[in-house]
Amino acid sequence: MDPDEKLCAETWVKSSSGHESLNTDSNNRPFTDFDRHHPKWEESPFNGCGVRTLGQQFSGFEGSFASDVDSQRQKKDLHGKQIPEAHESGYMQNWDPSAMLNNLLFLEKKIHQLQDLVQLVVGRRGQAMNQADEILVQQQQLITADLTSIIVQLISTAGSLLPSLKNSESLASQLGQFGGIATQLAGVTDNVVPNKMEDRHDPTGVSEDHDGFKRDANLRMHMRGHGDEYKTPAALAKPHKESSSDPIFIKRYSCPYVGCKRNKDHKKFQPLKTILCVKNHYKRTHCDKNYTCSRCHTKKFSVIADLKTHEKHCGRDKWLCSCGTTFSRKDKLFGHIALFQGHTPAIPHEGAGAWPSDQGQSRSEATNKVEQLDFNSCQGLMEVERSGDDPSNYFSPLGFDTSSLAGFQEFPRPLFEDAESSFSFFLSGSGDYSPKNGRYAAPNDLE
Amino acid sequence: MKNKKESSFSRFDLLSEEIVFTILDFLHQNPCDIKSFSLVCSSFHAIESRHRRFLKPLRSEHFPKLFARYRHISNLDLSLCPRITDASLGAIAAGCKEALRSIDLSRSSFFSHAGLSSLVANCSNLVEIDLSNAAELRDTAAAAVAEARNLERLWLVRCKSITDIGIGCIAVGCRKLRLLSLKWCLGIGDLGVGLIAVKCKGLRSLDLSYLPITNKCLSQILELQHLEDLVLEGCFGIDDDRLTAPKLGCKSLETLDMSSCQNVSYVGLTSLTSAVGSLRQLILSYGSRVDLALANSLQSLSTLQCIKLDGCQVTCSGLKAIGNLCISLKELSLSKCIGVTDEGLSSLVTKHKYLQKLDITCCRKITHVSLAHITNSCTSLVSLKMESCTSVSAEAFVLIGQRCQLLEELDLTDNEIDDEGLKSISSCLQLSSIKLGICLNITDEGATHIGISCSKLREIDLYRSAGITDSSILAISRGCPVLEMINIAYCTSISDTSLIALSKCTKMSTLETRGCPLVTSLGLAAIAVGCKQLTRLDIKKCVNIDDGGMIPLSHFSQNLNQINLSYTNVTDLGLLSLARISCLQSMTLLHREGVTPAGLAAALLACSGLTKVKLQASFKSLLPPWLFEHLEARGCSLQWREKVFQAELDPKCWKLPLVDLE
Repeated sequence: MDPDEKLCAETWVKSSSGHESLNTDSNNRPFTDFDRHHPKWEESPFNGCGVRTLGQQFSGFEGSFASDVDSQRQKKDLHGKQIPEAHESGYMQNWDPSAMLNNLLFLEKKIHQLQDLVQLVVGRRGQAMNQADEILVQQQQLITADLTSIIVQLISTAGSLLPSLKNSESLASQLGQFGGIATQLAGVTDNVVPNKMEDRHDPTGVSEDHDGFKRDANLRMHMRGHGDEYKTPAALAKPHKESSSDPIFIKRYSCPYVGCKRNKDHKKFQPLKTILCVKNHYKRTHCDKNYTCSRCHTKKFSVIADLKTHEKHCGRDKWLCSCGTTFSRKDKLFGHIALFQGHTPAIPHEGAGAWPSDQGQSRSEATNKVEQLDFNSCQGLMEVERSGDDPSNYFSPLGFDTSSLAGFQEFPRPLFEDAESSFSFFLSGSGDYSPKNGRYAAPNDLE
Repeated sequence: MKNKKESSFSRFDLLSEEIVFTILDFLHQNPCDIKSFSLVCSSFHAIESRHRRFLKPLRSEHFPKLFARYRHISNLDLSLCPRITDASLGAIAAGCKEALRSIDLSRSSFFSHAGLSSLVANCSNLVEIDLSNAAELRDTAAAAVAEARNLERLWLVRCKSITDIGIGCIAVGCRKLRLLSLKWCLGIGDLGVGLIAVKCKGLRSLDLSYLPITNKCLSQILELQHLEDLVLEGCFGIDDDRLTAPKLGCKSLETLDMSSCQNVSYVGLTSLTSAVGSLRQLILSYGSRVDLALANSLQSLSTLQCIKLDGCQVTCSGLKAIGNLCISLKELSLSKCIGVTDEGLSSLVTKHKYLQKLDITCCRKITHVSLAHITNSCTSLVSLKMESCTSVSAEAFVLIGQRCQLLEELDLTDNEIDDEGLKSISSCLQLSSIKLGICLNITDEGATHIGISCSKLREIDLYRSAGITDSSILAISRGCPVLEMINIAYCTSISDTSLIALSKCTKMSTLETRGCPLVTSLGLAAIAVGCKQLTRLDIKKCVNIDDGGMIPLSHFSQNLNQINLSYTNVTDLGLLSLARISCLQSMTLLHREGVTPAGLAAALLACSGLTKVKLQASFKSLLPPWLFEHLEARGCSLQWREKVFQAELDPKCWKLPLVDLE
């Protein structure tokens, strides 16, 4: 920051603080001042947007990212110098330059947001000559609140970079989040169809934390465990649905298997929501079941995660029917027997029941050999989807949506028993993510 | 029969086999008759072999021979064979094949699911299996039974190890079940019973006593459209909450037993009775208080004929309300009810004039007023049980004889009845059972009247009625030729004369002469010779009975099943001679001074049919352990008692004291 600018800023504050109810907090002052000197941002497309939403949900990233200004760079550099120093002193061993970069990127965007806000304030002030004082005061109060929120987040993020922080893990995961946003933005600007393979080698170290969440409330509860900075009211607040001016793009997928209900040509087409759903659906429905449970030798699966889920409770499925079906609960078995003629409860231990042990054996033998083949076929399918070349295999009403998060669909996470039903949230929330939960919520929002 | 056999021996060849079969059908009273018939000649032997349908064998060792001879056995009662192994069942299966329809294994053990499996596989026409008391049988056995597709009646009483899975197999396999008893099958819950209700739609009778079931399966059971008899005794899991019967209701239900269902009050009962409109018998013994609300819940039962409220707390208004129900009760039981008063009972019985059976045992507040009302209005009484109604004065019993001429069963144990009352009661010519135990006011005068008049008497109990002497027994034995059971325990004046007289009652099956010091071996020998059908004999404390009584007993009483020899003078010799009685199953031997350990061991080994033996605990250390193992392997259970000899007490002390009477 050059001395002239600083001087101007200070004088402006002195002259305006008397009648300006914006924010007298000394921490905010430099930013506020800085922004005040760039009236050209008044023409920003975000001028008329709901300021509150912008401030809390960061959906203005793209816009601010596009409008890059020299002074903005300057600001970023300033911060950039401070933070690597801190890292060199404290975290020499596990210092990750790329993570740092991502973090800085986040800070930069935060500052952009601040700029936008202040811009708005300036704009309001210009219009205020023609408006009643009460409305002005109300709007300013709103802006003040948003500013406070953003600044608190800025401080906490910046603070997490300090060497004195003990919890390096939380730092890493936090960094990962910001990195995720960066990747996402890159995807948007390049207009690239999400490429899931990229994320397998996530450089930010986020992959250490593989938890996925069906509900964002669960995610926020989870994030509390990652450190105090996630316990701020803003971080724990329920993210509001975006009511931005951006068009909401919902992407849907179609199964490539013609005749399947999940295929777009089907009369009662039920689209799949994520590419992961497509993958699992195709494996479960249209592929051979190659993975046989090593304990019961009866149950077979085409998705290995399904097998693992089954194996977890295989021995405990002690209620079995003469037809070979096993149940984890006795009442389920009796419901099954009541329903079907001729089925009887089988007695497992003493071997008098009709437990088809030999049958199961032959089944497992027959299916083992197909394993490799099936894997290949699935691989092929994935490639087709990834490239997006073949429109018949790929059903997406609006191409891609603006906030599609690159490769997040393939993020390693627990496999859901029913992929379709588990993705029933956030259908319309294409831009509805925050830095805290963006990485996790993304697969849900996405398609 | 003997005459026929001897005179028409040659002419029997002219008779067709059908006619001989018809003759044989009448020889069912004494098993020895048929035995004699078959021993006449080889053709009779063959005819008898072809004719026999029912078999109650004594020894499982002879099964192969037995089934080689009897090819058409349809009913097999194995209650005398404590040890039935899988091999025995295999022999039965191979011998009886399709002919077998019913088998009773309730007293047998040592078989497993494998034996049952072979039985069921070979005898495809089995309709009846009694597996009660097989506590060690598991679900595999149930699964084996489930293969009997034609099974209609199944008893699994006390099969504690069978679970929902096993009963589920039976429910699926035996679709024709009509009767199922699961009493004390503690392993069976809602799911198993629910599945029974779903799969066995033809069930007529279902016993679910003491099962851990809840309201959940009850609604399913009540949807059975043919169910007539439902027993829910002691089902503590059934309560008022959500006790809702299906809308259609169980129209066929006639008998409902909800005794000891402590968690069901009038609330649950109201919702239940609304669905079972055609109920005839309702048993609510040991349940909730019988008051106005409970009586009102019975209003929808228009065809009710029998109510049993044994052991309940009863209010006067409740009894009155039951009296005011628009039904005509035939049977009422208020046995051991607390709170039965003259007012309540009188108003009840005056409304139900067609009452046939009344049980007011231990209703100790009622007086002659109640008895007057009972005898006045219920003239068609067939059975009256009023043990320990001690407030009823002696004069009132005269009314019974005057007004209730149709009485067949009368229990006056521990009452104030005197000779006048007995004289009056002797006019009840239909009387077949009378109990006069601990009636200290009666003497020979009254009892003689009974003996002379009541010729249909089959059962008489004179336990501790000290005024009874030989002359009463003489009159009874002469006047009651069909007498089957007599109890003269502690009637200390009874001597051998009585026993010699009683030996004329050829149908005698149960004789109890405890504590009669005047009875000797001579009397017992007369009984042994005369009463061939004697099955139970109790001569405890008959100190003058010795080996001289045992030897004729072992010779003639081949049907003897239970004997109590405690405190008698029987020695090793007498004990050993008892081994000749092949039917003997239960023996009690306490305080046997004359018996040595060696003699006892020999006797126990020789009596191969024994299933239950009670012995003085002092013998336990004196007998070798291998003997116990051997006996247990044979199916005999030994019970050890450490009883101190008690001197005879004053007879009055046996009367139930009037403590709860305010």
